[in-house]
Amino acid sequence: MANSPRTMEKSGFGATQRTDAWWLQPVATAAGLGAFVVYSTLRAFENNFYTVGPYLSPFYSPLIDIGMGISPALLILWAPAGFRTTCYYYRKAYYRAFFRDPAACAVGESNEHKYCGETKFPFILQNLHRFMFYVAVIFIFILWHDAYKAFFFEDGVGMGVGTIVMILNATFLSGYTFGCHSFRHLIGGKRDTFQDGNASHGCWMGASKLNAKHMNWAWLSLFWVGFTDFYVRSVASGLFSDFRIF
Amino acid sequence: MPDVTFRISTGSAEQNEEKTYRVPVAEGWVVLDAVHYIQAHEAPDLAVRWNCKAAKCGSCSAEVNGKPKLMCKTRLDDFADGEEIVVYPLKTFPRIKDLVTDVSWNYEVAKKIKPFTPAKDTKWSMDQRDMDRVQEFRKCIECFLCQDVCHVLRNHDKKPEFAGPRSFVRIANLEMHPLDTASRLDFLKNEGGLGYCNITKCCTEVCPEDIHITDNAIIPLKERLVDEYYDPIAKLFKVFSGK
Amino acid sequence: METFEKHEHDVLVIGAGGAGLRAAIEAKAQGVNVGLVCKSLLGKAHTVMAEGGVAAAMGNVDPQDNWQVHFKDTMAGGKMMNNWRMAQLHAQQAPERVLELEKWGALFDRTPSGTILQRAFGGHTCKRLAHVGDRTGLEIIRTLQERAVEAQVPVYMECTVTHLLRAGDRVCGALAYWRSNGKFVVFTAKSIILATGGVGKSFRITSNSWEYTSDGLGMAYALGAELIDMEFVQFHPTGMVWPPGVKGLLVTEAVRGEGGRLTNNKGERFMERYDPKRMELSTRDQVARAIYTEVKEGRGSEHGGVFLDVTHLDGESVKKKLPSMYHQFKDLADVDITKQPMEVGPTTHYMMGGLRVDAETTATTIPGLFAAGEVAGGMHGGNRLGGNSLSDLLVFGRLAGIHAAEFSRQNKQGITPPDVEIQAATRQMLEPFDRKEGASPYEIHDELQDVMQNLVGIMRIEEDIKTALTKLEGLKQRLKTVRVTGSRIYNPGWHLAYDLRNLLNTSEAIARSALAREESRGAHTRLDHPKLSPEWEKITHVIQKDGDGMNLSQMPKPQMPPELAKLFEESH
Repeated sequence: MANSPRTMEKSGFGATQRTDAWWLQPVATAAGLGAFVVYSTLRAFENNFYTVGPYLSPFYSPLIDIGMGISPALLILWAPAGFRTTCYYYRKAYYRAFFRDPAACAVGESNEHKYCGETKFPFILQNLHRFMFYVAVIFIFILWHDAYKAFFFEDGVGMGVGTIVMILNATFLSGYTFGCHSFRHLIGGKRDTFQDGNASHGCWMGASKLNAKHMNWAWLSLFWVGFTDFYVRSVASGLFSDFRIF
Repeated sequence: MPDVTFRISTGSAEQNEEKTYRVPVAEGWVVLDAVHYIQAHEAPDLAVRWNCKAAKCGSCSAEVNGKPKLMCKTRLDDFADGEEIVVYPLKTFPRIKDLVTDVSWNYEVAKKIKPFTPAKDTKWSMDQRDMDRVQEFRKCIECFLCQDVCHVLRNHDKKPEFAGPRSFVRIANLEMHPLDTASRLDFLKNEGGLGYCNITKCCTEVCPEDIHITDNAIIPLKERLVDEYYDPIAKLFKVFSGK
Repeated sequence: METFEKHEHDVLVIGAGGAGLRAAIEAKAQGVNVGLVCKSLLGKAHTVMAEGGVAAAMGNVDPQDNWQVHFKDTMAGGKMMNNWRMAQLHAQQAPERVLELEKWGALFDRTPSGTILQRAFGGHTCKRLAHVGDRTGLEIIRTLQERAVEAQVPVYMECTVTHLLRAGDRVCGALAYWRSNGKFVVFTAKSIILATGGVGKSFRITSNSWEYTSDGLGMAYALGAELIDMEFVQFHPTGMVWPPGVKGLLVTEAVRGEGGRLTNNKGERFMERYDPKRMELSTRDQVARAIYTEVKEGRGSEHGGVFLDVTHLDGESVKKKLPSMYHQFKDLADVDITKQPMEVGPTTHYMMGGLRVDAETTATTIPGLFAAGEVAGGMHGGNRLGGNSLSDLLVFGRLAGIHAAEFSRQNKQGITPPDVEIQAATRQMLEPFDRKEGASPYEIHDELQDVMQNLVGIMRIEEDIKTALTKLEGLKQRLKTVRVTGSRIYNPGWHLAYDLRNLLNTSEAIARSALAREESRGAHTRLDHPKLSPEWEKITHVIQKDGDGMNLSQMPKPQMPPELAKLFEESH
């Protein structure tokens, strides 16, 4: 089939007739994701300042210390990293920002590579997202447990700004995790009818509601999990001290 | 209102020539009004495909300043004062003439999709909750803007092995129909090439009917394919339950 | 000399809206060889714009509903001008046709018990309209389209039929051209079904798409078929009036069906003065006249309409029940209908008149030629009720399919269209290219729309109609000098030049019939004859080609059998 774009538009990366700042979004995404990856990698290898008082950094939870100088973070971070890497939203984000496949809609791509989408290794593994979701759910329990523990100071029950930070962290991560497309499918989306499934319909509606804002939850929880770690690190390293509310 | 400059792509599949027109516009005009004005006053043979001019039929798809749009829904007052408006036909399909492209490929693909297949003894009772989900897909007006913008078709030219977002919306409609008994998963995985979709969501961005193509049609279908082909646990479960 | 691409079918269906698709599906099911020709892409026909619903007395919401009630409503709405047998068949068969769609994959809104939900509409005494939000037409055309594809009906898309061909008294084929390259195609068929819709593009302000150029009416007229009831053109009461680019765009009656109120600039619900019993849900002719009068007497809105208001209803349910109206106003007029009233005024919407057909078989007066849908006349009488068009398409589309297939079986011997006819027709088509100077088709169309809008519009008067007839004659003369530039490849100027021939003939038929009917009935309002006259109720106008001229005659209306007539006595 004769394909007319060849006669109407130059091909190759960035070829477009769009007049708006289409490059802005992929650049911002790349910057945001890049910054997080750099920060979390540095923190994972730092192997220090991850707990203070009742607070535990989410990068180090659950805390598995096997010694030998191996950072506990390195033992567990594969799970949230895997969940986010295979997430349907992040896939869009990094396919656009890093692979430029496409960088933005109706914008040309570099034509050299042979495009296979998600049909071949390694991207075919994206289909296993639901298994990462199962793991992520375990982490949600752990993080809520961490948030619960953040009420128990050495001098008894109390609440600090850090407690709130940790609760919000668990909340945002829950909002992100339970809006997962795979979860939405498993909890009800796989059915063809809800005629005999009121509970299933309710769950599916709930997941759908979260899912509609999956991108927002993704960024909010990503930022906040980094911030939670940053907060714990700052208090632990003495950059500033935690404010006790009661 | 001041005149607006239009640069319109004319020509055939092999040849492209941009022509510039100054159009005196009225309040509330859309791009299609201007094209009609040009037809009536300057270029009577300027080819454009349109029908309802009410965003209901999906005929007047084009690319306005590089973005796939319905001309009948693209208002001129959405552009900056003095901004030149460039109109091109859909670029993913071969041009017939001027703003008209040959979209017959889409109709050929549609023929390959297994039609609605109810059970013989169906009781025709359906729940509105089930309707709510599938009726979204039925809103599709077949403007083929999603097919045009999808990079798998547009940049990688995978027409022989990829059915495109419009087809996936249709298949989602049938697969999630509460009374349908057929399965189109094999088609989706093989001939339809759902795996080529990397869910970058341009189809959803351009849909004039606001169908959440990626989140509500494509991803749920991908998940159904996982159930069928990629999830070892679901497979084991199937073996033991005999389903 | 040109060589022609040729195709042969038992039954050729022209037009792929609801009626054409339904006819093609049925004919195919009868086991004959069917071809479907349409001048747009498949699925874009005007049916796609139908919004409010399809009328069928299923009684899902109002159990007291049945075909008799529907029949009575239809006849009363049509001011008794309807062909009673068509109205009866329509009311009896509509429910079955709607349920059948569901079996082909249509997804109507549901009642809590899982049956098809039905809504109220103007002139329907029961909640009767099966619907899908406000995009019922889209649902129906998509369902039929998919069914036709499944049945493997060959579809010739963007192929415009220009002439019906005849051998002896029988129709035997059609000449068409491909829009994409301008090349001619000759179809040979044993029977032909016209499903080409109406004539809205004769008028300036219309809810109709460009396709509504009365091709079927014009072609059949040229062949000598009879057109009836042509004075009855429906003006839908609620079209958009602002901004200018969208003037005439339909605002579905479902807005009123769901509880929308009409008010004038004084905030009065003026329907109280015109039809206090039914208010906004009065018939379309009455509401359209009421709005016209309010505006004329200075109680209109800023842009020459009145207000249609749903702000007293729950905003979320408005968005759910009327999603496309919500978006239409938001996107095209910057009006949020959940917070602000809409501005609306009458817009040309539907042709009640059309080809005279036999009620049972949809056969026209030309052997082998059948007609279904808007192109056929008689079903809706003087005024069509909302929702009755979609059901009309289904009921009579199916009947056309059955009987055209039957005709083709009984007349197995196909006739080849005579070469001279084909040559003459193609010559006529190509003439405009040869002229070095001449009128622009766009100019002629522009003037035609002004003539019909201003002189044969919603309120008519003898003097105006006579002026219109003179002007139409002038336009006809100018059409003889029409000039087309460019090539035959997808050339809209050329397409319009052909359309004009049909538009001018049908416009003249409208004007002649309107001039002759000296009364006001249904959609036909004569300011100089404002009363409904019992004498005229018995008379149908028939238009037929007579040499180069147009002949108008009167035909007595068929009378209802006593058992049906009794239905009307009981209600008094």
